[in-house]
Amino acid sequence: MMETVSLIGEWAIGLLVLAGAIIAALSVFGLIRFEDVYLRAHAATKSATLSVMFILTAAFLYFAFYLGEISIKLLLGIVFVFLTGPVAGHLNGRAAYRSGVSLWSGSVHDDMKAALKKEREGVRKKSK
Amino acid sequence: MLSTLLIASLAILAIAVLGCMYRLLAGPSVPDRIAALDTIGVILLSMIAILCMLLKTSAYFEIILVIGILTFIGTTAFARYIERGVVLDDGDGKSNR
Repeated sequence: MMETVSLIGEWAIGLLVLAGAIIAALSVFGLIRFEDVYLRAHAATKSATLSVMFILTAAFLYFAFYLGEISIKLLLGIVFVFLTGPVAGHLNGRAAYRSGVSLWSGSVHDDMKAALKKEREGVRKKSK
Repeated sequence: MLSTLLIASLAILAIAVLGCMYRLLAGPSVPDRIAALDTIGVILLSMIAILCMLLKTSAYFEIILVIGILTFIGTTAFARYIERGVVLDDGDGKSNR
């Protein structure tokens, strides 16, 4: 009985790790194939974070069930990656727009252009 | 059985790092390269987690945390650098040079 449970647990953890690895590979495929930096940030930020959370969760379960070790460090790593991955992607996209990286020619909508123009005019008036 | 799946996942992640290297070398703009570097750090972190499971040791958990923190700090510093031209400023948008 215990052996069956142990086997099922091994399969579940192995498939969780494999799913994380495949999601990471798909994310990198998007990073290579998409057209401009904003679309690439969409691929690189969200799915890479999801894949890391899959793999770290699998590691946490493995150490908890098979080696009897509840690791706070791994939990901290999961929470940290979950918080900082999207924030880093947002910072990178913001810096890209403000430093003048152009959008893909097939993009149809750009709300940031008007907002940025208004902000820059406000700064210029204040400095006069 | 588990170790076979883990080694297969390591191989997939290594190929993913190679794809990131392509974007890091060929990326047309600087933010492209920063996004690729961020992804490499995140993938490296999961590779070390898999290595921990493969070797049945908890000695490398600190490395997971340190790589996560360094990746975030590095992305933040690069983003600030290409946005303002300096990494640290006074907070009012002017540089302190």
